[in-house]
Amino acid sequence: MSVRRLAKEQPASWDFAPDTLEKANWWIAKYPAERKQSAVIPILWLIQKQDGWVSEPAIRKLAQMLEMPVIRVLEVVTFYTMFQLEPVGSAALIQVCGTTPCALRGANALMDLCAAKIGPKDHLSADGLFTWQEVECLGACVNAPMAQINDYYYEDLTPETLGQIIDDFKAGKSPKPGSYAGRHTSEPAGGALTLTDPSLYDGSRAKKLKNIPNAPEPA
Amino acid sequence: MVGILEDKDRIFTNLYGLQDWGLEGAKKRGAWNGTKDILDLGRQWIIDNTKASGLRGRGGAGFSTGLKWSFMPKEVREGRPHYLVVNADESEPGTCKDREIMRHDPHLFIEGCLVASFAMQAHACYIYIRGEYVREREVMEAAVKQAYEAKLIGKKNVHGWDFDVYIHHGAGAYICGEETALLESLEGKKGQPRLKPPFPAGAGLYGCPTTVNNVESIAVVPTILRRGAEWFAGFGRPNNTGTKLFCISGHVERPCNVEEAMSIPFRQLLEDHCGGVRGGWGNLKAVIPGGSSVRMIPAEMCEDLPMDFDALSALKSGLGTAAVIVMDKSTDLIKAIARISYFYKHESCGQCTPCREGTGWMWRVMERMAKGEADPKEIDTLLEVTTQIEGHTICALGDAAAWPIQGLIRHFRPEIEARIANYRSGKPHIQGHTLAAE
Repeated sequence: MSVRRLAKEQPASWDFAPDTLEKANWWIAKYPAERKQSAVIPILWLIQKQDGWVSEPAIRKLAQMLEMPVIRVLEVVTFYTMFQLEPVGSAALIQVCGTTPCALRGANALMDLCAAKIGPKDHLSADGLFTWQEVECLGACVNAPMAQINDYYYEDLTPETLGQIIDDFKAGKSPKPGSYAGRHTSEPAGGALTLTDPSLYDGSRAKKLKNIPNAPEPA
Repeated sequence: MVGILEDKDRIFTNLYGLQDWGLEGAKKRGAWNGTKDILDLGRQWIIDNTKASGLRGRGGAGFSTGLKWSFMPKEVREGRPHYLVVNADESEPGTCKDREIMRHDPHLFIEGCLVASFAMQAHACYIYIRGEYVREREVMEAAVKQAYEAKLIGKKNVHGWDFDVYIHHGAGAYICGEETALLESLEGKKGQPRLKPPFPAGAGLYGCPTTVNNVESIAVVPTILRRGAEWFAGFGRPNNTGTKLFCISGHVERPCNVEEAMSIPFRQLLEDHCGGVRGGWGNLKAVIPGGSSVRMIPAEMCEDLPMDFDALSALKSGLGTAAVIVMDKSTDLIKAIARISYFYKHESCGQCTPCREGTGWMWRVMERMAKGEADPKEIDTLLEVTTQIEGHTICALGDAAAWPIQGLIRHFRPEIEARIANYRSGKPHIQGHTLAAE
């Protein structure tokens, strides 16, 4: 478990932006009418998209909306580690995966770079542009080491490429997510060795099936 | 040809995303082909053929998928609809296969959801995607929309079975990969596992009969039924059949995901697909063959090792999710396992005392052992504590936290002892910042 508390300084009030509200209602519609509590995680995520973090008045507002006790929303927001309970960098929130598969491929060097370039982890940088964190496995292990920056994955990183990415965010650009070692996705470096048979892609598999194997004989 | 499996027998033909993931492209590769004919053969036929294919759940436990489906009540009772919930909360360290299915072959997956839901008389399916997979969620939402527009799913669709798919997401909790924690989370609560029984097939989502399956288990089903159970059962050793997505990470020349036949020898898997161990086969030190939760195995045991459920459990390890983490001789194994211990400490949900307190305790001891700052007797104490956590918690996270440490002590105890002896004789291990030479 990790200790997570709400920020000391909280805004006086909070309200949904019109498009956040619209998306929130779209989420609520996915669940049976008497089960709208199910939408709590997706809507907290929308709140975080709106502000960059989740504040206490927003939690109260959401509890009202979903007709839940406030404590239940507080439980959720402190349990799930993707919710940021304090303001984060306005240019980028950098989450470096530090779990063993990434660490084996050099994640610690990435974190050293972040510490040198941005400052201590889990703190807003002096210029307010960046926050960096060490997070647990992000599920892109064959593209290790990697980091999630804002919403997307930046993979096959080195301190040099990550440094360049941070500089780009600082300059107001939005660097392209994906592999930084020239790979398309998760194929071996240098190109895919499998799935090279052209007959897989020529449409021959879309032909109507003559029969389904093991189908019982029509009576 | 590399490996054992031929391209024509691969199910995920767009694994690397080199083709179009959309409906047009997916249909061209054979998705949604004959789905109606399959559904027309009836529920029992689908369940029987899934059982006959020998498909074992791809989420780690390896339980027969067809058998799991057969546990659902035969009749749907008034006010208790059946649900299919798909576990796409892929967060086992080392695993990154469901991600590729969702962003590159979403239609095979949605088709699988329809077939499985039909077999279990469910009209609604929730797909629980981990919160960090934002891109994957976007693709899935778009693919579901395409399927609705083409009337493949939805009310009054072309398959004659009213069926809705809803995408849900989490927010970064590993424990939500446990099926009952996932259901709690889907109901809008903290992801703390439930006591079983009742099992989800009796009382799952919203108290209704529910089956929770892994993405890969669901996505392979339509292709199995189209090509025949014997086709799928023809790969691998008996009881370990089929094709499987392997994720090979760590110290190999070219880490990658690949679909291979079950029971492929470990060495062949690495050498054919990944260019072998970094620095050659002789440089291999240990491997974690199924995601961080299974016990590691040393290089000596890997030579002819078939990669399947039974061979690995015979070595007191496991196939898990087939996430192979390779570690070469430069690896500081004690530090590597200490980092895994930190992971479990971070991800424990805090419900059961042995796990909540034990994961933190084990991590602190492991960190000291990585430096050598410990007493040799503490190795036995640590082992004893792992056995007291294992099996004494509601869910398997306690076991998963205990096993990596047990594997380390089982196979590399002399290394820990040497580290402690060095520290005590005034030659401390210089605590580098890295786990391995870059």
